[in-house]
Amino acid sequence: MSQLFDLSLTGIRDRLRAGDVSVEAATTACLERIAATEPAIDALLHVAGEAALDQARAMDAAGPDASRPLWGVPITIKDVLATMGMPTTCGSRILENFVPVYEAHCVSRLREAGAIILGKTNMDEFAMGSSTENSAYKVTKNPWNTGRVPGGSSGGSAASVASGQCFASIGTDTGGSIRQPASFCGIVGLKPGYGRVSRRGLVAYGSSLDQAGPMTRTVADAALVLQVIAGHDPKDSTSIDAPVPNYLEAIRGASLKGLRLGLPEQYWGEGLSAEVDAACRGAVDLAASLGAEIVPVSLPHTEYAIATYYILAMAEASSNLARFDGVRYGLRSTKSVDLATMYTRSRCEGFGEEVMRRIMLGTYVLSAGYYDAYYKKAAQVRRLIRQDFLNALGKCDLICGPACPTTAFAIGENTADPLQMYLTDIFTISLNLSGLPGMSLPVGLGRDTGMPVGLQLFAGNLQEAPLLAAAAVLEANLPAMPAPPIA
Amino acid sequence: MKISPEKALAIATLARLEITPGQAATLGAQMDDILGYMDKLNELDTAEVEPMYTPVDQPGALRVDEVTTEFPRSEILRNAPETDGQYFIVPRIV
Repeated sequence: MSQLFDLSLTGIRDRLRAGDVSVEAATTACLERIAATEPAIDALLHVAGEAALDQARAMDAAGPDASRPLWGVPITIKDVLATMGMPTTCGSRILENFVPVYEAHCVSRLREAGAIILGKTNMDEFAMGSSTENSAYKVTKNPWNTGRVPGGSSGGSAASVASGQCFASIGTDTGGSIRQPASFCGIVGLKPGYGRVSRRGLVAYGSSLDQAGPMTRTVADAALVLQVIAGHDPKDSTSIDAPVPNYLEAIRGASLKGLRLGLPEQYWGEGLSAEVDAACRGAVDLAASLGAEIVPVSLPHTEYAIATYYILAMAEASSNLARFDGVRYGLRSTKSVDLATMYTRSRCEGFGEEVMRRIMLGTYVLSAGYYDAYYKKAAQVRRLIRQDFLNALGKCDLICGPACPTTAFAIGENTADPLQMYLTDIFTISLNLSGLPGMSLPVGLGRDTGMPVGLQLFAGNLQEAPLLAAAAVLEANLPAMPAPPIA
Repeated sequence: MKISPEKALAIATLARLEITPGQAATLGAQMDDILGYMDKLNELDTAEVEPMYTPVDQPGALRVDEVTTEFPRSEILRNAPETDGQYFIVPRIV
């Protein structure tokens, strides 16, 4: 650990608090790292360098504040979360110059906790994608191999954290968009249970699926960030009003002894690459050697999850994205003559191809005559998928499987065929349908590609603490992840 | 084939999108492919299954409806493509 940007979030937090490192020095280290790595990885859409340095100097002048758990820690935010004084584009042309008038609830929480918001991260447009190739602005590259994708849709956040540009990022996960890029970039990604973190200020894609969560380099860092952003928000009617446990306390001295780890047969068979299988099985064997009991479980409706998810997500998207009409904010076409053509032309000039495709599919599955066959049918299968999880969690404490069938694929590999891209989400998507929490933990590098492999853990409702605890034990006993070979 | 180019154009109109005939052909074929995959759900008998539209057990939590002034008008109008300082301006309707 020779450089400041190599430190974990908890590591820099402790040094800032002790006065060993100034906030200005920590912020400068991140900005220098951004300057060094950004030309190669294109992770960021906006950098607020001057504002961050001004804030850092003011904090240094006031001195450390131990009551603020992220005091002086530089972080980044996915560009789908509303930030005051900074653009929020959702990776879309339609919001190119949009600067929100209010802030996302979780971003306000982070600022109150003392975090410094360095900038906004690149993403697939409106979070629709699995590779960050659908951004209207740039394609983010994987810091482990810039010919490969960082995953998506929170690919900018994952690449930013993995390359040391920041100490944490907030991503969002509608069908795996935190866990899959975390897996591809070798970092920790946590999707809290639905309702654990307020969605206020998270620009909606699939409202019944979206959830914001931490993307960090260590499990303890994820625990600390979740601690800050979790909790009830009276202004989000789907926010859960339940006490937030002390997550850092939960991981301290945790053990796997007697923990029942359920391996769903559907996640460990056909379609899984040999290197991902080997790395994940290695981690499961390690868990067993540390006292976990390995239990076979079944999630029998897994093969229906992708069809179910895309019907519901596209239906919700077509409704949510109706608000982009060129009237109150965002792009307005200059080629319009009347109100109707202003709507249609503004939307077509502003939206990219994947967003148009999903809006059209969503419109179709919600239209008269098809609603029951697609939307209602998918909502019924969703209940079966959720019941699968509840049944499995009756036999084990945590469910465990690979995060993705392969390591990061090549840029351009899946762009020609949208369905092929959707199919890569097979292991992450069911969890969003269930609403339960889950996370991806890096377990090493694939023996064939040399790219990071992520292991997923799923837990029951409001069980983020045992999830983090088990991940922390595995992390402590696995070989340390090397830093990516970037700059 | 469920989604002919004509059908794709009709769906685009419903979705307030304007697409070219070329896009209609491409999008129609892709939608066909995707919807064909989604027909997989018909393998399952769900006659007795209650649809699940949200993971929240008790959706629609209510709170007291209090009138507050959260934002000045100028802030709300700040991102609008066209305003007169008081209202959003759109092309003439009538």
